[in-house]
Amino acid sequence: MTWFETLGAMLSSPLMQRALIAAVLVGAAAPVVGTFLVQRRLALMGDGLGHVALTGVALGWLVGTWAGLVPQDALAIPGAVIAALIGSVAIEWVRARGRTSGDLALALMFYGGIAGGVLLIKLAGGTNANLVSYLFGSISTVSTGDLWWTAGLAAGVLLVGLGLRHVLFAVSHDEEFARGSGLPVTAINMVVAAMSALTVTVAMRVVGLLLVSALMIVPVAVAQLVVGSFARVMALASGIGVAVSVVGLSITYWEDIPPGATIVLLAIALYAMAAVTRPLLTRRRTDEAPHDPHPELPDDVDLPVAAR
Amino acid sequence: MRVSTGAAAAAEPAVLATGVDVTLGGHQILQGVDLRVGRGEVVALLGANGSGKSTLVRALLGIVPRTAGEVHLLGGALGNGVPWERVGYVPQRLPAGGGVPATGLEVVTSGLVHGRTLRPPRDARKRALAALEQVGMARHARRSVLQMSGGQQQRVLIARALVREPDLLVLDEPTSGIDLPTQETFVATVRALHDAGGTVLVILHELGSFAGLIDRAVALRHGRVVYDGPPPRPRGEHAGPEHEHTHPHADPPTPGAGLSMEVLP
Repeated sequence: MTWFETLGAMLSSPLMQRALIAAVLVGAAAPVVGTFLVQRRLALMGDGLGHVALTGVALGWLVGTWAGLVPQDALAIPGAVIAALIGSVAIEWVRARGRTSGDLALALMFYGGIAGGVLLIKLAGGTNANLVSYLFGSISTVSTGDLWWTAGLAAGVLLVGLGLRHVLFAVSHDEEFARGSGLPVTAINMVVAAMSALTVTVAMRVVGLLLVSALMIVPVAVAQLVVGSFARVMALASGIGVAVSVVGLSITYWEDIPPGATIVLLAIALYAMAAVTRPLLTRRRTDEAPHDPHPELPDDVDLPVAAR
Repeated sequence: MRVSTGAAAAAEPAVLATGVDVTLGGHQILQGVDLRVGRGEVVALLGANGSGKSTLVRALLGIVPRTAGEVHLLGGALGNGVPWERVGYVPQRLPAGGGVPATGLEVVTSGLVHGRTLRPPRDARKRALAALEQVGMARHARRSVLQMSGGQQQRVLIARALVREPDLLVLDEPTSGIDLPTQETFVATVRALHDAGGTVLVILHELGSFAGLIDRAVALRHGRVVYDGPPPRPRGEHAGPEHEHTHPHADPPTPGAGLSMEVLP
């Protein structure tokens, strides 16, 4: 069989078709949200929400068991969506009101989410093994129903992220100025948080909750090495997200390796490549526009000359 | 409270604040501050470090919450009533920023979204470039602001305020620790806006290069207005108790132990 025929076989498999569509959608949407998160220095927010979503999965399982649903995890995805949304609102609330800093609030979510998930799954009569497919993804089990969920949520995230990108940029870039411009900053922060929550649950099937954040953040990390504007970082990161998801998934069609981990490692390999080749790119750019490399920061003391 | 009636007493003053109280971190920073800035006036807000000038400006713009008092900007109550498309604000400096680069053009364009619109207008790009041109930064429109010098960043921030073509411009300490060209840009900006009939509220440590432009000065001490009248002479200001030549900006300003007796009830 030639490689072309193999490719054809892969594309004609309904299982692979569904998985590829899910991968493209998730790969495109996750870095869009990730760009805003990185800008706000909340790169680990997706991770925190992923952990909380685990509690939601277990809670959905528990409710499913009580209601006697078959399969028991029918409510796992709705549970994850709800838990992640609540978690996202909670983290913004803590950040806005409390004296707790953003990263401390995230740490609390990490531990609470994992512990809650492990405890609840036990109560639901399951084992930790049941959680593993959510922790590490199981794209090969994507059903048509899952695909609709994924498509709808990914489209919503892309629509909000691109439609409101100017406002989201303004708030992520300079929150104080945005507040002083009459923008509803707290509400907009909640929108970003809710988008992250939805992305986490969308990507849960593809890369798993533990690696969700990687798909949101690593493509942005690669893109910001290569291009110098917010819009281009977002576009390139989204492209990288799609590329690594599709390539990573295709590799697993031939090799029996876990897709989520493959996708993430591909993205990190891209980052390493970009980091190594970047000095060459920047040197060329500096030649075009030479400038004083010293940042012109204000003096700590007011020198007599500066006072004039 | 003294209210200046010197300016062309337009029906609606550009800034009207009455009885503003602000409490931050358990400390009362502002107490019963009244401030009125008429249309077309250039008013300097003076006072020592920790006197509450920055907090007052931030309270006027709704950045920090008030515990009491009313604020009207350009005739509209703070919140949705303010015509935000005509209010420009230049903070002291750009926040350190996250890991994503943003070009000067993108930062200036972000000035075109505000409480009145969540989407920039169609000619946003043209207006942003014109604003950058005004501060001499058009050449750097496509450079990341993180690679710019402090003075260049400051000029991008001025452009972000000017892109709204503001009727009211609020500047937070435009003279502290910046390079000469940027200071000149600030003065030219204020002069141009003043000539066009605009209103300017500027926080200053000393009148310095703005001296000739200031119509009126308001001085704060311990969170209250202690002076409202013609700008003090530069020499008198040098002898004044509020003159201080260090510029640390501890935030929020906590009143010293000895002084707090006068301020806190």
